[in-house]
This record gives sequence, C-alpha cells and structure tokens, in this order.
Amino acid sequence: MDKLLNEFSFGLFIWQTLLFIGLIFLLKKYAWGPILNAVNEREDGIKNALAEAEKARQEMQNITADNEKILKEARAERDAMLKDARDIKNNIVEDAKNEAKIQADKLMEQTKVAIQNEKSAAIADIKKQVANLSIDIAEKVVKEELSNESKQLKLVEDMLKDVKLN
Amino acid sequence: MQRKKLLILFTFLFLLTYYQTNAQHNSHDEKVQDNVHNIEQHESHGEALTLKEQIKADINHHLLDSHDFHIWQKVSFPLPIILWDNGLHFFSSSKFHHGESVAENNGNYYAISHKNGHIYKTDSSGVIHYNKKGFESNEKPLDLSITKNVVMIIITSLIIFLLFSGLARSYAKNGGIGKGPGRILEPIVLYIRDEIAIPNIGEKHYKKYMNYLLTIFFFIWFVNLFGLTPLGVNITGNIAITFSLAILTYLITTFTAKKDYWKHIFWMPGVPAPMKIILAPIELLGTFIKPFALMIRLYANMKAGHVVLMSIIGLMFLFKSWIGGPLSFGLAFGLMILELLVAALQAYIFTVLSALYFGSAAEEHEH
Repeated sequence: MDKLLNEFSFGLFIWQTLLFIGLIFLLKKYAWGPILNAVNEREDGIKNALAEAEKARQEMQNITADNEKILKEARAERDAMLKDARDIKNNIVEDAKNEAKIQADKLMEQTKVAIQNEKSAAIADIKKQVANLSIDIAEKVVKEELSNESKQLKLVEDMLKDVKLN
Repeated sequence: MQRKKLLILFTFLFLLTYYQTNAQHNSHDEKVQDNVHNIEQHESHGEALTLKEQIKADINHHLLDSHDFHIWQKVSFPLPIILWDNGLHFFSSSKFHHGESVAENNGNYYAISHKNGHIYKTDSSGVIHYNKKGFESNEKPLDLSITKNVVMIIITSLIIFLLFSGLARSYAKNGGIGKGPGRILEPIVLYIRDEIAIPNIGEKHYKKYMNYLLTIFFFIWFVNLFGLTPLGVNITGNIAITFSLAILTYLITTFTAKKDYWKHIFWMPGVPAPMKIILAPIELLGTFIKPFALMIRLYANMKAGHVVLMSIIGLMFLFKSWIGGPLSFGLAFGLMILELLVAALQAYIFTVLSALYFGSAAEEHEH
C-alpha cells in the first residue's frame, strides 16, 4: 500500500481526469449522440418497415381473398346466365316447333278441303260428261235400233227381260 | 491445406530464428549498456548488477510512467516538464538526460527518482535521500508534466475521437448506414447499449449513462491494446489512471442516485430496526469499496500482465539456449494472445460493473 501511494502520481491523475472528462464531452457531442441517434432511427425504420410489410402482406391476403370471392361470384353469374340462355333457347325452339306444327296442320287442313272440293268438282264434271256421253250414245243407239222393225221389237224384248230380272 | 500448414510452420520458424538472433543481438547491446549502467550504479551503490537484476530493473522501469518517450534502444523524445514549486517551472525533460542527471530551472534543482520515476527537489548535486522504508524523503513539487502516459492518453483519445466522429459523420452522409473504419466498432457500441447498459440500468434511465459507459469502455480497451504494442506504455497499469476512472464512476453513481438508493443504504427497507442500524455503515462502506475494487482490479490485472509478459521475454536473455529461447518465445506468444483477451475483458468488466452501480443508483423500487 505504501508502495502504491509512493507510485501515485498526482499530476498524472489530474491529466487523466481532465482529458477523460474532455473526451467524454467531445465524444458526446460529436460521436455518441449522433451515432446512437442514427442507430435508433435506423432501428425504428427497420421496425416500421417490418410492420408495414406485415400490413402489406395482410392487405395482399385480403385482396386475394376478395379476388377469389369476386371470381367465384362471376363464375356463378356466368353459370346462371348460361343456364338462362339455354332455357330461353329451349323455349324458343319449343315455341317455334309448336307454331310450325300448328301452321302445318292448318295448311294440311286447307289443302285437304281444297283437294276435296276439287275432287267433288271433278267428279261432278265427270258425271255430267258421262251423262252427256251416255245420252249421245243412247241417242245414236236408239236412232240405229229404231231404224228397222225387228230391231225395235228385240229391244223391247230385252228391256222386258231386264225388268223381269229386277 | 498441406501447403498452408507448411507456410504457417515456416513463418513460425522464421519468426523464431529472427526473434532469437534479435534477442542475442539485444542481449549483446544490453551487455554494453549494462557495463555503462553498472559503472554508474557502481558509483552510487558500490555494487554491480547481475543480468537478472538488470531485467528486473528494466521491467520496473517499464511499468512506471516516464518523462521521456522512449521508443527504441537510444531513440527517445524529450517531453515537456511542468512543475508547480512556488511558481511555474516549465522546461524540457532533456535537461534530465534520461533521468541520469540533475536539472536546473530558475535556480531550483530537480532530479528523477529511479524507484518511482517521480521528480524531486534536490540540491545542486541531485542526490535523492531515502527514509527507513526506502521511500524518497526529498520535497516533491506538484508535477503536471506531459509524461509518456499523458502523451499516450492524448493520442488514444484522438484516435477514439477521430474513429467515432468519423463514424457519426458517415451516418449522416449515408442515410443511417455507417461507413469507414469506425464501422467495425458499431456492433460493440450496440453491444454496450443492448447487453450492458439496458439490462443493468434499465430501459428508462440508461440513456444518460451511455456517454460515460461507451467512452470508458473504448478508452480502457484502446489504452490496454496500446500497452501491448512495443511502444511499451503501461497506462491502465498505473494506479493514478485507474483511480481517476474509478472516482468518476463513484461520483456519477453518487450524484445521479435517486432517493431509493440512499434509502437502501441508510435505512434498508424490509429488515428489523436493529439490523437497519448495523447495515447502514456496512452499506455506506460498500459504496466506497465498490469503486475501490474497480480501481485495484484494473490496475492489478494490467500490471500483472505486463510483469509476467516482460519476465518471460526476459527469460530469453537468461537462458540463451536452444531450448529456452523458443520456449519462452512460445510462452510469450501465448501470453500475448491471452493479454489481448484480458485487454478487452478488463474494459468489459469495468464497464459492466460501472453500469451495475449506475443501475442501483437509478433504480426505483416499488415497496
């Protein structure tokens, strides 16, 4: 202890204390202050950036979910629209078929009536012509038959035969 | 891989032989010096110094502060001497001729004691008297000289200041990202904040102690590292330096202490009244013992490290053999690496304990 005290240099102690306190204040102003501030700012920056990234990720997730939802809705809507269209198409086709059938039936009916009419007219015409022709032929045959006596008799006889038969 | 190993081996061998020849060369020089020295010692003490004693004296000389900046063999710078002895005395240390002669300034005579390296007032013959205990009994002027240690403190402070102010400026320039040589130290700054200051002092109060903790850590560490260079400075192994550092820690602890700190010293809560009376002086003593331990720990560690390292290097000159040389070189090499660790460790311990004391001062208990 005595040796320690003997070696103790008061001048060195004063220099060390003065220089060290000076160093503390110099470093405080020019080094530690700015360094610690910068480091704190940087750390805050990193923290904020991380929080922001997390937020962005969350938002991205929300957007993706929204997109999924919208897509799903759109798909459902498309399906509904397709179904409607198919139904409409079927209805139209059905209606058209029915209409066509009705029209065709109507036409057929008219045609049938017309044909019937034509046929009746034709038959009447033929009847008339046949009657005329028969009369002509009968005229000619009667003229021929009645030209001689024998033949006239024979005719009467035949006619009588027919009557008997009836 | 093989080549790398060989390379390392050769480098090691080369260094070994280099060191040996150098050592022999040095010892030769040393002998010449010894002779000169011996003659001088002869005159004063009337007895010759052996090599062993010479090494011991060299180690002792190295451990002490010096008024010359001694760099190599005979290369040294004189430093200014500032004395207060009934008026200011200011002169160059070259007047002492490396402590060998008496210096005269304004009619006063001064000499340097070989024992502790301090300046004493003497008569014109420059004789220093010793008392029974072997201590100098001459009158001692107030010595405010710029000694070797003061020069190294200034240089170290300058280096620390340039490094960290550079780092601080680079933050401003690069938008918060450090650049340049100071950047290596940024993780250490953060370590001191996150692992030393915040856990020991607490998130709330740590900021006002940061300047001191950072400065003291880097100061002790850098100064310790300079102590390991061949410049041969032994700053933190000087009791005046560690006393100054410890007293700063003590003063800061005392003057930033909250009510709770004093309450825990003088009237410990939660113990019976008689115990409170017994505890008070113990606790009060503890406040002085804590910084005292800081002072002694740093001083003893650094001084012991230097003594052991120099003794092992000194062994080389004693052995002068093929076995002793490399052996002590290896030992010195290993110890040097250990000292590098100790240099950082002591700075760390000083900082952690200071932070701990500040923590107890700033703490606010909830009872």
